[in-house]
Order: sequence, then structure tokens, then C-alpha cells
Amino acid sequence: MLAIFKREFKSYFTSMTGYAFAAFLLIFTGIYTMSICLMGYYSNFEYVVGNVAFIFLIIVPVLTMRVFAEERKQKTDQLLYALPLSMTKIVLGKYLALLAIFAVPVAVMAVYPFILSFFGNVSIKISFCAIFGFFLLGAALIAIGMFISSLTESQPLAAAICFLVLLVNYLADGLSAYVPFGAQLLSDTCLFMRLDQFVYGVLDLSVVALFVSVAAVAVFLTVQALEKRRWS
Amino acid sequence: MINVKNLTKNYGNHKAIDDLSFTIEKGNVYGFLGPNGAGKSTTMNIITGCLAASSGQVNIGGFDIFEDAMKAKKLIGYLPEIPPLYPDMKVIDYLKFIAEVKGVAKSGMMEELFDVMEKTQTTDVAGRVIKNLSKGYRQRVGIAQALIGDPEIIILDEPTVGLDPKQIIEIRDLIRELGKEHTVILSSHILSEISAVCNHILIISDGKLVADDTAENLEKTYGMDLETIFLRLTGATDTFAETSAEAVTEEVSEDAGNL
Repeated sequence: MLAIFKREFKSYFTSMTGYAFAAFLLIFTGIYTMSICLMGYYSNFEYVVGNVAFIFLIIVPVLTMRVFAEERKQKTDQLLYALPLSMTKIVLGKYLALLAIFAVPVAVMAVYPFILSFFGNVSIKISFCAIFGFFLLGAALIAIGMFISSLTESQPLAAAICFLVLLVNYLADGLSAYVPFGAQLLSDTCLFMRLDQFVYGVLDLSVVALFVSVAAVAVFLTVQALEKRRWS
Repeated sequence: MINVKNLTKNYGNHKAIDDLSFTIEKGNVYGFLGPNGAGKSTTMNIITGCLAASSGQVNIGGFDIFEDAMKAKKLIGYLPEIPPLYPDMKVIDYLKFIAEVKGVAKSGMMEELFDVMEKTQTTDVAGRVIKNLSKGYRQRVGIAQALIGDPEIIILDEPTVGLDPKQIIEIRDLIRELGKEHTVILSSHILSEISAVCNHILIISDGKLVADDTAENLEKTYGMDLETIFLRLTGATDTFAETSAEAVTEEVSEDAGNL
């Protein structure tokens, strides 16, 4: 599993994907920090985190589209199946690598509140609560993207489907006002909205559990999707 | 070493392999011969655990490939039809990755990698990125990958397809060399290839095993040369066999000429 993790992590940084992912996230964090904290005179970095979350719509598909689709396209999936490795270990190795890549820009984000605290009264605790929630939300969405990538061998298709799924999820709360029934259910499925709790400084364990469960279910489904391919 | 029993694989209504049973003994070079689409790759994918069978059993050195997959897979080195290479990696990094996954001990790893690279003559390209390698070198790196961890059984799916005549000869020499220490199974739809390196031939046609013997025994039992046996067993009629045999020979020599 460690070998899979290492290879995957390195491959993202020998190609452009890893850097593009980190750069994109950090550029938008920078823009919002400037407009909210520097020009808007708010000392609340958590607002930045809350606003930046929409960027997942773009960076998660970019990050996850290749993770299994590429293996399948270049036929290296056969190698993984023939090696003495269980499917769960392959999937977990890859998922942890994706999380590690995601953790790199988040670690940079975590420095921001400290820098801002030189110039104002920043609540480090609330900022970190928000960043923690941001990471968990990202982890859940990345797992969903990984699952979608395991369904196809076309990277663009994986990215497009992932984008659509995330977009619907992002808009679910707003859309719920327009549906004739099941409005509550639809708005409840919105993962993005749950980040607000963290941004307000509430470390709600039920939301933590929700994000972790979504990630766990998506990882499980990925294993099943890959196993199914061997049996079909 | 390998025991295949009543193996069947259905793709929808199509039977890719149909009630296949055979035994592979230790220390031979086995040739898996059959026309395109006969089920060679499917069989090899099932034996190596890449694909699940619809029914039947595969036993590798005493371990069931479905139930004891990890132990069974450790005994096998597999080169699929398309070498499973990561184009962005350097050869040495790729082989190191394989060694790590196969659980080769860190202390002896470099030694083993150099040993394998020397055997497959890939030492010269160790530092090169795989996507820049020629087809011949890619094939060798694919074989090197299969050799890592010193598995008892080596399975090669059409290892010489797309290579030039010189490379074909080199790969054949390598396979012969491997046959001294390992049990080797290789598949091909080219008869001359199988008869050049294998001492035991399995002919498969339409997913069924139609012959399983040494080349000499096959010629003795049928009283004709291998080519005719092959064509007859794989469904070509006598008259058709003769003409198509000629056509095939011509085609092959033409191919060789083009190369």
C-alpha cells in the first residue's frame, strides 16, 4: 500500500496536475484573503475558507479524473490486479495519496491566519476549525471524484461527470426551493453547506461524521466498482 | 504447479473459454497456441487473477487463485499483452515500485534489480523515461517487471508481437534462458515461435483445449507436421488448411520482409 501511495504521490508532482491543483487553490485563497481580510478589513480568515470552497467544483475533478481512468487507459490496471495486492489496499493507497496532495496547499493555507494575526485580532481557533472542515469536505469530495474515475477509462468524461455531480450538490440547497416535493431531503444532501458550521466556529461532530462517512462509502464503492470489472 | 479445472468464462452469451482443464508441470516451457480470439489472453488473465472466471478452479502451487489470491499471485510473474508500464516513470523507478509492491526486502533490492535488468538487457535504459523507449525495450521492461521477486512461474502473453526479427530472436533466447530456472508459459498465434522455444504445446480453439502434448508426440500421434495439426485442430478444413497454410506462410514471410 505504501508503494502505491508513494508512486501515486510522485506521479502527480512529475506531471503538472499536482502543481496546477495546488496553484489554483492557493490563487483563489490569495484573492479572497486580499478582498476580505486586506481590503475588507475583516480579521476573520474563516470567511476566506468559506468562500473558497466553491473552487472544489473545479479542482476536485482535475485532481481525481486520472486516478483510475488513466490506469485503465494505459492498461496498467492489469499490473495492479496481477500483483499480490488486495483491491482495498490499491484504492486506499491511491486515496491517501490524493489526500496528501490536497494537504499540501491546505498546509500553506494554515499559515495565513498566523500571518494575518500580526496585523489584527485573528481567532486562530476558529480559523483552524474552518480549515479542518474545509479539509474534511475536500476529502469527501475527492473520494466521490475517485469513485467516478473508477467507472470510466476516459479522463475528460470522468472530469465532466465529477464536475456535474459536485455542481448539483453545490446547488442542491438553492434548488430545493424549486422542487415540488423532497425539498428538505435535497437540501440535506448538500455537502458544501455543511462547511458553514465550521466557518461559524462550531465543531459539529455529526458533520465530521457525515464527511468521513461519505468518504468511506465512496472508497468502498470504488473497491466494488473495480472488483465488478474483474467479474464482468 | 498450475492446475486448471473446468474453467469457463462467459461474456454475456458468448463463451470466451469453455470447460478448460490442464496441468502445468514444474520446469517446462509451455506454449499456449491458438488463433486470435481463441481465448488465450482470457485464460492467462484468469490464471494470474486479473479476471474472475464464471466457473471452474485455478490452483497455483497449492493455492487457489480466488481464495488464496495473495499467496498464489506471489508465485507468478505476468506480462500482459500490452506491457503495463507507467509512461512517465523512469525504468529504474518503475522496477523499484514493482519490487516494493512484491515485497522484495530493501537490503537485497538494488542487487536484484540490477540482476533482472542485466538478464533482460535493460541496464542501458535504466535512467530513461519509459515513454521515450522503443517497443523492444518496453517489452523487455515488461518482462523485467515479471521477473522481479523471482517468481516460480512466468506467464508471457504474446511477448514478441510488434518486435523486429532481431528483437524476436533476442526475446526467444531470453525465454529459453528463463525456462532453465522457471516454469514459463507463453502464448502466441505464431506456430514457429512456439515450436522454437517450447517443449510442451497447448492448442486452444474457440475456448476449448484441443491438444496438450509435446511437439514430437503431437507429430507422432497425428502423423503430420505441426502446422497442419494446428490448422486442422483450430477448425480449418483439409483443403482450406493447405491453401491457408500457404497463405499464412506467405504472409509471415512478407511480414518478416517488411520488418
